Amino acid sequence: MVHQYKLNGYNIVLDTCSGSVHSVDEVAYDIISLFKNTDENEIVSTILEKYKDLPDVNEEEIRECIEDIKSLENGGMLFSEDEFEKLAYDYKNNSQVVKALCLHIAHTCNLNCSYCFASQGKYQGERALMSFEVGKRAFDFLIENSGTRRNLEVDFFGGEPLMNWEVVKQLVAYARSIEKEHNKNFRFTLTTNGVLLNDEIIDFLNKEMSNVVLSLDGRKEINDHFRIDYSGKGSYDTIVPKFKRLVEKRRGKDYYMRGTFTHNNVDFTNDLFHMADLGFKELSMEPVVCPPSDPYALTEEDKPKLFEQYEILAKEMLKRKKQGNPFTFYHYMLDLKNGPCIYKRITGCGSGTEYMAVTPWGELFPCHQFVGDEKYSLGNIWDGVTNTSVQDEFRMCNAYAKEECKNCWAKLYCSGGCAANAYHATGKVNGIYEYGCELFKKRIECAVMIQVAQSEEE
Amino acid sequence: MKRIKTIETKNVTKTVKTGGCGECQTSCQSACKTSCGVANQKCENQNNR
Repeated sequence: MVHQYKLNGYNIVLDTCSGSVHSVDEVAYDIISLFKNTDENEIVSTILEKYKDLPDVNEEEIRECIEDIKSLENGGMLFSEDEFEKLAYDYKNNSQVVKALCLHIAHTCNLNCSYCFASQGKYQGERALMSFEVGKRAFDFLIENSGTRRNLEVDFFGGEPLMNWEVVKQLVAYARSIEKEHNKNFRFTLTTNGVLLNDEIIDFLNKEMSNVVLSLDGRKEINDHFRIDYSGKGSYDTIVPKFKRLVEKRRGKDYYMRGTFTHNNVDFTNDLFHMADLGFKELSMEPVVCPPSDPYALTEEDKPKLFEQYEILAKEMLKRKKQGNPFTFYHYMLDLKNGPCIYKRITGCGSGTEYMAVTPWGELFPCHQFVGDEKYSLGNIWDGVTNTSVQDEFRMCNAYAKEECKNCWAKLYCSGGCAANAYHATGKVNGIYEYGCELFKKRIECAVMIQVAQSEEE
Repeated sequence: MKRIKTIETKNVTKTVKTGGCGECQTSCQSACKTSCGVANQKCENQNNR
């Protein structure tokens, strides 16, 4: 399958199945679009007619270009066959390991953000903190179920995980004490709103966490609209200096400054640029997850504006890189040379199978976004997965599970999309969240364009 | 090729034989937590590059 598009002056051709990316001129772009459904002589006459004012477009040139296209096709870099569908089901069915947990260390929060998908950290339930005993059992469960997988990930998540800081520290110490004997390598991440950060916590996070996710929505007035404490005070002035200190002391280790945008800040690139101007260079900004009836939900009218924003962002990133002042954006970080293999691309995030969320009480859910929805309770960390029918539903999630995905050029970039987004939008884990798909495709187009632009400059 | 420039990429088709070790990061763990993108995940398998 081939996807062609024009962006920022580049004519880009993606060959979905091989992952090949071609930057072509107008003539080749048109020939490729005709190639599969048009007789060769007809291609020649069509192109000659269209480009009759260009002296270098003659029959010989066109036929040469057609030969180049044939050679790319024969080399498996254009119009490559899609032969991966069976692999997707087989791989997930045969894989029984768990390799990542989202540990809900605190179902409570010191901020009161009305847009929070986790209902201010409570996940539609009672406020609670995970005990050390439950957390310890979660680590044992992970090790017991991880098979020969060496790299294991645990995300300390909430609510606000720093509200249960002593247990975070104890669990990290416990995990470090057992990882060698089990031949495992724990990679920790922690997602925080920053309010409780201090030097002791910063130093510990920078030593132990392979990544920290820092929540900030951007400009002060945007951040302080939703991210407020229980007295109604915005968090910006409290957290920004603390985040700066954390990042300064992080000495190059990964972090993400992560924001959420809503209908209220469709011009979200200004929030990203604000973060970059504050000195933060690893950025992520995600569309709000909420019912369409919420006043801040993204609307159909917002969509073209968001597409434009993603283009503005890509162009600005190229500009700033040229100026020696670059920043990264999570969704634009394509690694075309060392990116994921086909198995990763077709099976996705692994929610409900190799990735699960653990509540403060030790209950297992397919991921953090299903926590609190009892239909999706998988079991617990003592008895393991007992609700196998729900797990089987997630085992079926892959890039080929939906008819709409089978013929979508972006399926090997998104693996069929986020099950939670699909569920919230359609009521089905295997549904299609069209709005999310469209934004995703736009982001991939921009991300590839950045790669093309950078390679043109080399 | 005069009119076509191919960017250097990993040939995904070839990883049918070499991929699948599963050591790479779970895509949702890193930053987004609200969408599924796999293309930005790094491959951990040196033999697969």
